[in-house]
Amino acid sequence: MTPRVFSPLVLFLVIGFLIGPFFIIVAASLSGGETLAFPPQGFSLQWVAKVFTVESFRESFAISMLLAIGGTAAALVLGVPASYALSRYKLPFGETIRTIVSLPIIVPGIIVGLALLRYIVVPFGMNITLTLFLAHTALVLPYAVRVVSASLNNLRSDIEEAAVLLGSSRAGAFFRVVMPNIRSGILAAFILGFVTSFNQVPVSLFLSGPGVRTLPIDMLSYMEITYDPSVAALSALLAFMSIGIVFLAERFLGFSRYV
Amino acid sequence: MSDTAFLSLEKLTLAYGDTVAVKDLDLSIRKGELVAFLGPSGCGKTTTMRSIAGLLSPASGAIRLDGADITRVSANKRSVGLVFQSYALFPHLTVFENVAFGLRLKKLPAAEIESKVTAGLKSVGLSKFSARKPGELSGGQQQRVALARSMVMEPKVLLLDEPLSNLDARLRLEMRTELQRVQKETGVTMIFVTHDQGEALSLADRIVVMLNGAIEQIGTPEDIYNRPVSRFVADFVGFENIFAVEGGKLKAGNGPIDFSGSLPPDTAGLVWRPRMVTLGSGPFQGTVRGASFSGSTREYLLDSPLGAIKAEEDATLAARETGSAIAFDLPVEKAARLKKFG
Repeated sequence: MTPRVFSPLVLFLVIGFLIGPFFIIVAASLSGGETLAFPPQGFSLQWVAKVFTVESFRESFAISMLLAIGGTAAALVLGVPASYALSRYKLPFGETIRTIVSLPIIVPGIIVGLALLRYIVVPFGMNITLTLFLAHTALVLPYAVRVVSASLNNLRSDIEEAAVLLGSSRAGAFFRVVMPNIRSGILAAFILGFVTSFNQVPVSLFLSGPGVRTLPIDMLSYMEITYDPSVAALSALLAFMSIGIVFLAERFLGFSRYV
Repeated sequence: MSDTAFLSLEKLTLAYGDTVAVKDLDLSIRKGELVAFLGPSGCGKTTTMRSIAGLLSPASGAIRLDGADITRVSANKRSVGLVFQSYALFPHLTVFENVAFGLRLKKLPAAEIESKVTAGLKSVGLSKFSARKPGELSGGQQQRVALARSMVMEPKVLLLDEPLSNLDARLRLEMRTELQRVQKETGVTMIFVTHDQGEALSLADRIVVMLNGAIEQIGTPEDIYNRPVSRFVADFVGFENIFAVEGGKLKAGNGPIDFSGSLPPDTAGLVWRPRMVTLGSGPFQGTVRGASFSGSTREYLLDSPLGAIKAEEDATLAARETGSAIAFDLPVEKAARLKKFG
């Protein structure tokens, strides 16, 4: 095969591999049949409608939202000052701190989940929701630090000195001239963190308790018992939600600059 | 002079960690003076300026401004303005809000802020741009906004970091005129930092030449240009033929050379600009090694027993051929006398 034919073919296969499953899920969720199947049998919206009636989906959606919003917010509360310190000062062990902060990306989630269960939840009887919240905060922190650092590095540090010489305190300078200029970076970090937390499976796998489950885990256990297309419908809805968020972020923030 | 000093630095020592950047610096500046800190990068000029602004605490020594010791006064309470080399405008604020920033922090009434900002922008010729963001302005315009932003605060001292270095030649002249006008109109004491001798000579009332964290020479532009005291200053302001003097004799390539007439005993060196060298007659013999035409003048490089000599002649005179032998003189009465050769 010549490169002229070969490269478009590879491109097509890669794109198909990346996006194909999404189309399969959407098609399967519109199926008229009783079981999850592809190609779909007939057409109906009944499974999409059913998603909203399943009690456990509603509960786990609420928990996932709480974790995604609360965990990301907590990660930013920790991550913004950390990024600021790392980018503005020569800290002793600065590189080490940076590495430690990015560890949650590197360590496999399943190990984190198991470790938290075995060494925190079981021995100390720590509340599952609280453990999930801490785990998600830690998981999102690397993204928060990375994205906020990127926008801080694009911001000249002398504007803070300029603000101080015009009468502002150091802290005032941070809130008056630094924060407004990294606002879109913080929003981008929030969105990235939200999506990461919301779609998180391995860490949350071990951390479920009575009535406490994140949505992806709940979907897994739902499928073990009920093999109907409503899981596909829910997946499609979540995928659309993620796409919508990222689309809006790209539109208004130029999201791809930060990721 | 200390009785008229408006800003004085006393035994000022500045350090970054263990690295001493400026050591035991003494300097006093009168009210309304326009002073240049001149020197190569790393000489401590910017460090000294930052300490005056309060962005860097001295390791020892004192800074006095208008009769008060401000050594430990924090940067936001000093009444010292600074125009940054990069201008440091706030990118998220309009030009108007940039200039109003400090006035708003002072909690002045809105009408007063409005009128001060309007007047400030008018004085730098940017009234039309008040609603723009800094990113939509040219470098020269941004600098004028930065100047207005500092000046509306009515600082006691205005510091400028390399104010002309980021501008092209035409804007440089414009900004130079602008700075002189602002200084004349407001009478503000101005200090600017530069590595460009031309900037310092053309703009300053007084030049402080710095090297290795210490003052090498202080003087008027004429002093610095015509009467450098050290080899470094001489080299920096364009003297090319630089010779040490030991025991009243010129130390040159092939050994000491006698001079007719005696030099004051503290003479450590003699220096000549290329155009001070007499060509065609004199006690020394040389060979023309190279020539270059630069419009109004011709520059020659001579090989001689004294070493390499740079000479310059009016271009209306006939060109001297490369390789030809030539007599020349280094007239002592034209030379600048160095008190320190190092």
